Amino acid sequence: MTALSITGVNSEYQGVRVLDGLDLQMEQGEILALLGPSGCGKTTLLRAIAGLQPVSSGCIHVQGQCFNGEGNFTPSEQRGVGMIFQDYALFPHLTVADNILFGVTEKDSFRRGALLEEMLTLVKLEGLEKRYPHELSGGQQQRVSIARALACKPKLLLLDEPFSNIDSQVRGELMMEIRAILKSRKVSAVFVTHSKDEAFVFADKLALFKEGRIVQHGTAEELYYSPAERYVADFLGRGNYVPVQVVDGFNVDSPLGQLVSTSELTWPSQYSGEVLLRPQQLTLEPDDAAAGVIRDRRFLGNFCHYQVEIASQLLEVRSQLTQLLPGQKVQIRAEAHPLVIF
Amino acid sequence: MILGLPKRWSVSAFTLAGLLFTPFIALVIQALMPDQAVFGHLMETVLPTYIQNSLLLILLVSIGALLLATPAAWLVARCDFPGRSVFQWALLLPLAMPAYIVAYVYTDMLDYAGPVQKALRELFGWQSPADYWFPEVRSLGGAAVMLALVLFPYIYLLARTAFMEQSASLIHAARVMGCSPWRSFWRLNLPMARPALAVGVALVAMETAADFATVSYFAVPTLTTAVYDTWLGHGSLSAAAKLSVIILLVVFALIGMERFSRRKQQLYQKNSFHSGLERYALAGVKSLAASGYCALLLLLAFLLPFGILLDYALDYFEYSWTPEFFEYSANSLLLSALVSVLCMAIALILLFIQRISPDDRDALPARLASFGYALPGTVLAIGVLAPLTLADFGVNDLYALFDQRGPGLIFTGTLFALVFAFCIRFSAIAIGSLESSYKRISPSMDMAAVTMGEKPLGLLSRVHLPLLKKGLFAGMLLVFIEAMKELPAALLLRPVGYENLATYVFQYVSDEQLEYGALAAIVIVLVGLVPLIYLNRSLEQEN
Repeated sequence: MTALSITGVNSEYQGVRVLDGLDLQMEQGEILALLGPSGCGKTTLLRAIAGLQPVSSGCIHVQGQCFNGEGNFTPSEQRGVGMIFQDYALFPHLTVADNILFGVTEKDSFRRGALLEEMLTLVKLEGLEKRYPHELSGGQQQRVSIARALACKPKLLLLDEPFSNIDSQVRGELMMEIRAILKSRKVSAVFVTHSKDEAFVFADKLALFKEGRIVQHGTAEELYYSPAERYVADFLGRGNYVPVQVVDGFNVDSPLGQLVSTSELTWPSQYSGEVLLRPQQLTLEPDDAAAGVIRDRRFLGNFCHYQVEIASQLLEVRSQLTQLLPGQKVQIRAEAHPLVIF
Repeated sequence: MILGLPKRWSVSAFTLAGLLFTPFIALVIQALMPDQAVFGHLMETVLPTYIQNSLLLILLVSIGALLLATPAAWLVARCDFPGRSVFQWALLLPLAMPAYIVAYVYTDMLDYAGPVQKALRELFGWQSPADYWFPEVRSLGGAAVMLALVLFPYIYLLARTAFMEQSASLIHAARVMGCSPWRSFWRLNLPMARPALAVGVALVAMETAADFATVSYFAVPTLTTAVYDTWLGHGSLSAAAKLSVIILLVVFALIGMERFSRRKQQLYQKNSFHSGLERYALAGVKSLAASGYCALLLLLAFLLPFGILLDYALDYFEYSWTPEFFEYSANSLLLSALVSVLCMAIALILLFIQRISPDDRDALPARLASFGYALPGTVLAIGVLAPLTLADFGVNDLYALFDQRGPGLIFTGTLFALVFAFCIRFSAIAIGSLESSYKRISPSMDMAAVTMGEKPLGLLSRVHLPLLKKGLFAGMLLVFIEAMKELPAALLLRPVGYENLATYVFQYVSDEQLEYGALAAIVIVLVGLVPLIYLNRSLEQEN
């Protein structure tokens, strides 16, 4: 079943189009990351799904139920979606237990207690139910907010930059843990972030935003290895663009020599474009007769980051060879991989 | 915000705000009515003098308060000298003193029969007023001094904060470039504090424009006393309304200046680093002069008048400790309590709707309702009288239509008028106080509650109210105290035979017998001290 279906959604704010004809589908149990720089509309879409942001046209369906569009508007409080906020939005005047049970409509006190226990165990906060939010660490507060949202058994969970206020030391661990919780309960979740690393770790699929539109939607690998446009490639990591000319289905000519693609190229021969080469896809070899010259070196621990000049172009190269020095001549090679040409 | 909120929320907010805005509309309509040439007569005779007096008074008080407050604020904020930590809060005390009480005390002390002139006469052997010159206390200048003495803390408070929040690195940069403390005061501290000073001056000027009791006691005719006299003396509501509109124009100009300066103040004071802002340690003559200046200011503006008031109260205790004193105290307490609860309710309703409404226009009612504070008491009274008189006639006409005997003046003849007027005037305080508490509740709280299925009223009772408790209490306290002190509106709108502490004290002041009302005056001053304690505590938390 489709957990979330968005068709042709537009939203305007003070005359500016924030969401521009969005289409998006999401399967039950999937975790989808809405990724993009700030101001690209990803949070607006999240709020529109929650019914907290007006939508000027288009439809939003959750589990087949129409929330927006076709003349319908379901108020937030009747949508049954859960939301996790950047600042956790825990009620400071209520204990952990009261926060978790805030939206639970169950009247029977025994069943309420059981649900509370279940939730506390789920997020590993047993014994802290009497505490107030200010007595908890950031990570613990985020767990409470997850428990609070899940206690209402939401059809869909929306997470708005949930990890941006968590220390980087514990962030990765917490993300893995919360992902495991959502997976174990088969919760469908939409997650907003501006960090590609968070999206890679936490989500099953990514939708990359640019100025109110989705540029590409797919798995992390799809976006990383076959970006639809340079914007996608640049957002997901640093890259060099080297002019190339297609020779045949697997080979292209470049200033670095002939490059080999491990997948068949779809461009016709003689096609001129630029190939994307990630810094780690290039290798260096000291060679006094070669055309490349090291211009800058940054030591980064296990590897070095070099700027290498070749054919009056500066290329970024990440290399395990840490002893190369500026001025040294080097040979640059590209590893064989499925080439991406724009 | 809650999308799809039913329209009735917005409608009720606008209705409520409209009700609180009626005096403005009523004033304008009333001012356009014919007035049997009362206004024309005034214009040809005394009005130019009144306007001149009002403007001159505003100018003198502003300059006086600025000159008193700025050095004190800079000393307390940027220097260390004996007593600094006490002066820091004690210099706020004069705010609790109604100017007319200070005026009375000084007149009593400084006029011909007072102890100062008597002592001078004995010392120099003068026989009559013809033998020497002594400044007349009961004059425009005298009134300006009295008002400046009790109003300077407005400027002091804002300037102190401005001086304290100035970035340490800016001052350090100036010092490194060879700027002495004295020069850095003139070239840096003072120019950067200018917007804050302007806000303070605007507040002082507004209070001066609204003052009725001091000028009335000193018999200095100004626009506020003219409104009072035109209504009570000539019985012309329309001429009084015309005068009121003139005052309103002055007040609006001052509000404009205040708003403009506040915006500039934010530019000047933001992004300041508080760390390492050390104070200049004063020593020797300098520290003596600093302490002496602050002490003298405190003595003249608060300690001396309050001491004399205490002395009156002790000497005339059996005359003050009367059944009337208790009755009027109870009247004041009840009225103030009722008004403070109503004002908080108004503020809560308007701000709640503003917060949950998805429509930006729903922020307007709270702004409209805040306008009432700009109305000086006398002007407000005129603005309230006109629509309520109309309502009274309407009700009685309705009864007459059915051949029934009307209920009489149920609006203007009862406490209703007073309560209504006070709510209009003090809602702004309630709204301001509650708004700052509301800002501290993250909007995501609302979204969290709503996505969990909570309805507007549930959001209010389960999330907002518990989190606003402190703000509600603080606002209620502030309104309560202002309502205890408010004099001109109470004088004009009270039902026949009704007295509260403020009108009672003023009666004694007018009759030159404050000694008998000293106890009541002390109660007013003491109640007025409560918000200062509260204000100072919140300031200390900021530091």
